[in-house]
Amino acid sequence: MRWIWIDRFTEFERGRRAVAVKAVTMAEEHLHDHVPGYPLHPPTLMIEGMAQTAGVLVGDVFDFNEKVILAKVTRATFHTHVRPGELIHFEAVVRGEVRPEGAAITGRITRGTDLVADIELMFAHLDQSRDPVEPGDGNFVFNEDFIRMLRMRSLRNLGQPAPTPDA
Amino acid sequence: MALSHDEITDKVREALVDALGVDEDEVTPEARIGADLGAESIDYLDIVFRLEKAFNIKIPRGDLFPDNILQSEEFVQDGKMTAKGIEELKTRLPHANLSAFEKDPKVDDIADLFTVDMIVRYIDLKLGQDAG
Repeated sequence: MRWIWIDRFTEFERGRRAVAVKAVTMAEEHLHDHVPGYPLHPPTLMIEGMAQTAGVLVGDVFDFNEKVILAKVTRATFHTHVRPGELIHFEAVVRGEVRPEGAAITGRITRGTDLVADIELMFAHLDQSRDPVEPGDGNFVFNEDFIRMLRMRSLRNLGQPAPTPDA
Repeated sequence: MALSHDEITDKVREALVDALGVDEDEVTPEARIGADLGAESIDYLDIVFRLEKAFNIKIPRGDLFPDNILQSEEFVQDGKMTAKGIEELKTRLPHANLSAFEKDPKVDDIADLFTVDMIVRYIDLKLGQDAG
């Protein structure tokens, strides 16, 4: 299993805003174990999905050279359940700007016109924090596999019309 | 129009309540951001973001909460700030009240300088500079 809780980016404005989608399906094991008999997508995994949407948005600003970590879930308010067969949108907006030390994010999760959740997150650039940790080898947040996946998904081309197969 | 001291205090209180999840009545002028209100390292950045938005100002890194003074041997020896270190603090933190700290300038106590009142004074000075 891969720890990826968004399926695809649909909008991407560098340093400002990103939107990703996730389709919730009955094939996901955790749906059956979270609340037995009442399959739903756990709010904690929706926070993770928002963190992944926002984490890529923040990481992209410094070309994925910073170790961007989720430092704080400032607020998370859920308004409704998300069930199998539903498509949810994660919209992450940078509050102010991404700074060398990190960024603050205001996020909304929606399902069609329904508001599923309001979420505020804080990200820190690990090497720039007030309590830096010992440096490790390379960037364990945005590792080679991750960058390869982003390239495959053409992150930089988001918001542009998709190329036609003949082009 | 310039904001009054009370208006600045109200906005600072709101920023701290939102960033730290504390109750309004905990945010007294003398409350210490770390020891009393429970701020951890990332919270200082959150507070800076909220103040920037609330007052429509830019707060450069280390301007409100300096984060690298303590790394210099020139400024810190045997767990205490040197005279030069205290002078540096005064220059870097014109908004902090150092009178009590100066008597026994233990490095461990430096975070106690970061109070609600210090933030209010910082904003007051900053808005004054920007207006001037």
